[in-house]
Amino acid sequence: MRRTLRALAVLMPLTMVAAACGGDDDGAAPGGAGGEISIVGFAVPEAANKAIAEEFVQTPEGEGVTFRTSYGASGDQSRAVVSGLEADYVHFSVTSDVTRLVDEGLVAEDWDDGPNKGVVSSSIVVFAVRSGNPKGIETWDDLIQPGVEIVTPNPASSGAARWNALAAWGQVVASGGTEEEANDYLDAFFANVVALPGSGRDATTAFLSGTGDVLMAYENEAILAHQNGEEFDYIVPDTTVLIENPGAVLVDADPVADDWLAFVLSEAGQRQFALKGFRPIIDGVEFGEVDGANDPADPFPVVANLLTVAEDFESWEALSAKFFDESDGIVTKAIAASGKA
Amino acid sequence: MALATVDQATGDRPAPRRRTGFAGQLQAGSGLGLGIAVLWFSLLVLLPLAAVVVTASEGGWSAFWAAVTTEQTAAAIRLTVGTAAVVTAVNAVVGPAIAWVLVRDEFRGKRLLELLIDIPFALPTVVAGLVLLSLYGVDSPVAIEVANTRGAVVLAYLFVTLPFVVRTVQPVLEELDPEVEEAAASLGASRVTTFRRIVLPALIPAIAAGGALSFARGVSEYGSLVLLSGNLPFRTEVTSVRILSSIENDNLPAAAAIATVLLAISLAVIVILDVIQRRAVRRG
Repeated sequence: MRRTLRALAVLMPLTMVAAACGGDDDGAAPGGAGGEISIVGFAVPEAANKAIAEEFVQTPEGEGVTFRTSYGASGDQSRAVVSGLEADYVHFSVTSDVTRLVDEGLVAEDWDDGPNKGVVSSSIVVFAVRSGNPKGIETWDDLIQPGVEIVTPNPASSGAARWNALAAWGQVVASGGTEEEANDYLDAFFANVVALPGSGRDATTAFLSGTGDVLMAYENEAILAHQNGEEFDYIVPDTTVLIENPGAVLVDADPVADDWLAFVLSEAGQRQFALKGFRPIIDGVEFGEVDGANDPADPFPVVANLLTVAEDFESWEALSAKFFDESDGIVTKAIAASGKA
Repeated sequence: MALATVDQATGDRPAPRRRTGFAGQLQAGSGLGLGIAVLWFSLLVLLPLAAVVVTASEGGWSAFWAAVTTEQTAAAIRLTVGTAAVVTAVNAVVGPAIAWVLVRDEFRGKRLLELLIDIPFALPTVVAGLVLLSLYGVDSPVAIEVANTRGAVVLAYLFVTLPFVVRTVQPVLEELDPEVEEAAASLGASRVTTFRRIVLPALIPAIAAGGALSFARGVSEYGSLVLLSGNLPFRTEVTSVRILSSIENDNLPAAAAIATVLLAISLAVIVILDVIQRRAVRRG
């Protein structure tokens, strides 16, 4: 009964997911019964996963494997899996979307014990600005100058957007500031925000249609948008946050899903991620040039001060409570304060 | 719990009173019809609504109250309900005017206009949002910029609720015999009096019904304004965004609590408009 009620209560997001469940069978099946892998993921890595799938079916393990895919907002996708959406492999924006599945017994407790700690793809938070960077935005301090208009997806309703808010706060502390100063920075940051669209995609749409001077974006999204012909510049700040997207195979998945995860983590898999703008999670991946990057020959410049969840924020669970708690999270309060200014 | 209540409701269908002849057969048929109607309605409407209310009550009264009175949420509810009320009032005036033009006037392009009225209804709301963003966003080609202001919320609500009053008033106007108005005029009534005493009373039930739909739709709107409104707290953030925020934080009771408040408000407005409608019918 409880389960039924819970399932009913998530009906709304589910219908959105249903709308997002577009193309089935992304991979070609060159014969043989290789099984089927259902991928449920957040919207961002769709293009990369598709490219990896095309490589995977060329390998002995992947021969004849077909794919069913569903992409949407990370939290919605995770809740959909809890409510019964079939999945063999999940790829989410934030760790809490996987731990939700662990709590339900859908993913093994030791999913993040491997050398990759559960991370399958990574990127960094960057600033997207208008072509030619007319406002001369280079640093975090430039963002809080009077008259600078920021667009960022809403960290309250979009899990993926939480990386941006985290970067804004964390860079103050990383540069030697106190938490108090970081809170002040966050207030100034949100005071300059002119739009808080519901998801990363909505934010990009709003920015590209003319809203704001700067969009808080992922490096890989900026590169992918360039590959798709969109015109804007992006700036890699000296201090930023390493975005780590978790992936996991479900407990009762088709065994071939384990081969898939191994392939995703391998050099071949990470090469495809790199070509779509993600920073490889292992060293020594050969990917040649990456179209759409500021410098295609050196697409992933070293960030002087790169913050990680594990080193700078303890854990995703801890930072969720500290920053995004509905009533007294630091970011929650900064957003609310911005509306009353 | 909810299931049991509903099952009972279906089971306790009043038994046919007369069992003889042709009338008895009719009763059995309509009993089946009622059963299907109640079952259908229960599955689609009552159960999900009951689930929302039950989920809302999971945290107890204090949690419910805390969820819906958070400053930011209360501001969002005020904005949503206030805007829906304003838009419904506008529709109550503009809707009948458009219907009047469609029914009483002959002009080129009438058929086309007739078709276009339903577009806001037929268009997926996200598409509507994109259209509104490109037309009334930054660098608006028609020099009306409402992006990230409350104007965006009003505009989006006006857009999606446009057809409701028009479509409820139109058939009533078509049925309204112009000869009655002519008779009133020939008896010396001014045009204003004719409108007030003859036309308006006939239209009020339809306006009220369309207004109720318009209000309810406005309160629930999300897709068409999400790109244009900017979701700024205390300024342009509508209630749906608050609900989604609670869901993102895995706080389903809070999400359901806010939803329950919207539900109660919509229900209240529908009831009020229904009362107006009945009064109008009685007086007419």
